[in-house]
Amino acid sequence: MIQLNSRVPAGPLETKWDRHRFSEKLVSPTNKRSVSIIVVGSGLAGASAASTLGQLGYQVECFCFHDSPRRAHSIAAQGGINAAKNYQDDGDSIERLFYDTIKGGDFRSREANVYRLAQVSTQIIDQCVALGVPFAREYGGQLANRSFGGVQVSRTFYSRGQTGQQLLLGAYSALSWQIERGQVMMHPRTEMLDLIVIDGHARGIVVRDLVTGEVRSHIAEAVVLATGGYSNIYFLSTNASGSNVTATYRAWKQGAAFANPCFTQIHPTAIPPSEDYQAKLTLMSESLRNDGRLWVPKQPGDTRSPEQIPATERDYFLERRYPRFGNLAPRDVASRAVKHICDEGCGVGFGGHGVYLDLSDAIEEQGLEVIRERYGNVFDMYQRITGEDAYKAPMRIYPAPHYTMGGLWVDYNLMSTVPGLFVIGEANFADHGANRLGASSLMQGLADGYFILPYTIGHYLATTKSLPISRDHPDVRAAMEQVTMRTSRLLGGTRKRTAASFHRALGRIMWNACGMTRHRAGLKHALQTIPPLRHEFWRDVAVLGSGDTFNQELEYAGRVADFLEFAELLCYDALHREESCGAHFREEHQTPDGEPLRDDAQFAHVAAWEYVPNGLPVLHKEPLVFEFVKPAMRSYQ
Amino acid sequence: MKFTLKIWRQKGPTDKGRFVTYHAQDISPNMSFLEMLDVVNQQLTLKGEEPVAFEYDCREGICGSCSLVIDGIPHGPDPGITVCQLYMRRFTDGATIIIEPWRAKAFPIIKDLVVDRRALDRIMQAGGYISVNTGGAVDGNVLLIGKDQAETAMDAASCIGCGACVAACKNASAMLFVAAKVSHLASLPQGEPERTKRAKAMVAAMDREGFGSCGNQYECEAVCPKSVSVRFIAMLNREFLKATIAEPMPQAERQPGPDTESH
Repeated sequence: MIQLNSRVPAGPLETKWDRHRFSEKLVSPTNKRSVSIIVVGSGLAGASAASTLGQLGYQVECFCFHDSPRRAHSIAAQGGINAAKNYQDDGDSIERLFYDTIKGGDFRSREANVYRLAQVSTQIIDQCVALGVPFAREYGGQLANRSFGGVQVSRTFYSRGQTGQQLLLGAYSALSWQIERGQVMMHPRTEMLDLIVIDGHARGIVVRDLVTGEVRSHIAEAVVLATGGYSNIYFLSTNASGSNVTATYRAWKQGAAFANPCFTQIHPTAIPPSEDYQAKLTLMSESLRNDGRLWVPKQPGDTRSPEQIPATERDYFLERRYPRFGNLAPRDVASRAVKHICDEGCGVGFGGHGVYLDLSDAIEEQGLEVIRERYGNVFDMYQRITGEDAYKAPMRIYPAPHYTMGGLWVDYNLMSTVPGLFVIGEANFADHGANRLGASSLMQGLADGYFILPYTIGHYLATTKSLPISRDHPDVRAAMEQVTMRTSRLLGGTRKRTAASFHRALGRIMWNACGMTRHRAGLKHALQTIPPLRHEFWRDVAVLGSGDTFNQELEYAGRVADFLEFAELLCYDALHREESCGAHFREEHQTPDGEPLRDDAQFAHVAAWEYVPNGLPVLHKEPLVFEFVKPAMRSYQ
Repeated sequence: MKFTLKIWRQKGPTDKGRFVTYHAQDISPNMSFLEMLDVVNQQLTLKGEEPVAFEYDCREGICGSCSLVIDGIPHGPDPGITVCQLYMRRFTDGATIIIEPWRAKAFPIIKDLVVDRRALDRIMQAGGYISVNTGGAVDGNVLLIGKDQAETAMDAASCIGCGACVAACKNASAMLFVAAKVSHLASLPQGEPERTKRAKAMVAAMDREGFGSCGNQYECEAVCPKSVSVRFIAMLNREFLKATIAEPMPQAERQPGPDTESH
């Protein structure tokens, strides 16, 4: 039976982290040399953690399924990274970043975690500058900032529209240094397929070498998962093709509680979906909303081209509904408004799934050159995909699954309910509550990896005695056998239907039942349709070739198989949460004008689900206590 | 649209490999090149044939995974993009398209169109970083970096490490890749302390990995999906030359001078 103990230190918010760090036990430098740590994933969180742990003297083994650690999906983050530097002197502070993040998350995150995130945010920028990250600069040489959705200050640092790339390459360079020093052993093209738990402690992982197909075990004193989010459960999302839930889902089945799985973020500004063959949705940087205005024709079914529609016949629906924040309303609010207006028949483009994102006013006011410098690469990307010139006609956008706030439950030390299993970055649930603000994921990934985990893991290692484990340990062998059996099962289907077609079918179920809005009947229906689909998958899936070679279909089918199980957990969580908060919008719980109705009396808790073999998942609640902020109605009107 | 595809199939590193012809039917002009290959692969799978292995991940031109030579050109006919950003509307209906992997000694083939690019990682490990520890960094605004300087660094830093530059070069040189990292860090004051060491170590690693030398034909720039400029190669050459001159000769190699007596 899982016990949830958040281990949040007592005392004033401002000094919790400092006092906690002082009270933590340290591992002596000589002992660190004999301690090994496994880090799974090499994105912002994984690479920054692996490099920092290596620098501290631990023996680190880092795993990624890509051919190089530099390709993790953090690379695709466009907009920027937040930090409470207040370089613009516009009233920003640690308190304000903390409050914006708590409020943006609709009061469903832990105060202490979020405050610490705001505190370390400033160090992240300094660290990245030291690593040579080429942040945008002003003419005078100072760091430049821009503003982002959901806030009223300019606190976002950026490198053109490629901030994720530059931050990841910074962390990758730090990782490369530690690999060169022999502190980190890197295992590319190696996928984690199970967690090894011995005597209640995480002690290793089972992996498959994606080139040779060899199934191997790796043993360590602690395991860190930095394996990202699960937006690909919807099939179409802004995530990379390889992003998956397997590592965290396998850990769940080994005893790690999964928290708030239904908190999935739908990003408002992606290129709209078109036909069936489509493999992904491409995100247009949210920063476009700084200068762009969202609108649709007032008249449903208006087929005129956008430039023929005069201003008086356009509905600038975000400005109308949310006059104070306008086009900068937070992601969940903006996405729902887009869906709402399209459901009313005012949508434009293929299938009426789109609204205009129009920068013509900004081009007129600030000049084409300014806009081109700011968004040039995003405009180019739009043209390539759609064949349309966004400098001449407004772009069309539609919301797309983008980020998952839910993840494995962790305490203040970022440790899961399995001792010795730490979870960082998007893979954990900790900081974003029910909705993440723009430019906060890069901040959280690097906060966890550079500045938080390297401290907290030391305390666990210093206070836990780990006995040596041989690879012949029965639990290790059992875990390996499980993985091998599963692989042969995947290869043994009747080959009638591809893994992709099952994935697409699952995505459709999830998007309809558990996407931008959810309701009881829809969720119950999904829970009835997922098991037969899963059954059919295992019976008919077509995976050719063998398990002992490079086999992309086999990798993919394994990930789809886990999505097909995990989908139910997501629906159970959405069903249990009888309120609307953040990205989770239950149609039964809304005001007459369509605004969400949160229920703090009943649902101010983290929903942490425990796996029960052959049974329904069991819900545990971690109450959210707000000592320092008062949960307010989250209004952006 | 309809296409005839001639695709390189190779079971593994030791297999000889060959071109196999496939027919892609009912292709929409709005499909990306990789979506077209997805469709072909799905059809192959259902027919009981092993699908074509090719690399991809982000499908938005930034991760550097995708790596196809299309009709002899890495990343296909259009400049400044990766294969995943190439759309079928770019091709003529009925065309024959030849699809090959990156070909270079330093990139052994794993399967079909997938190659091993770990050599690029090893070059980075030789010196493509600033060796600063986590923690203790000074405030980011202490170092003033001019806008133009920051932009130059960013131009170089935008390299996605795909290796198209190597695939395009008849010498399979990785000069543009190395130049991008050396120039990025040499353009910034943070990179200054290790400047000479870095240039030398990365060039030495490149040679060790079996990449060829630069022939100044600029095919690398022409195919680079991020249009990284060959002027960074000039910058690398300058950095490398300066580093070689600046270096004190190691003790062992010092020739005996006229005033050293030997008995």
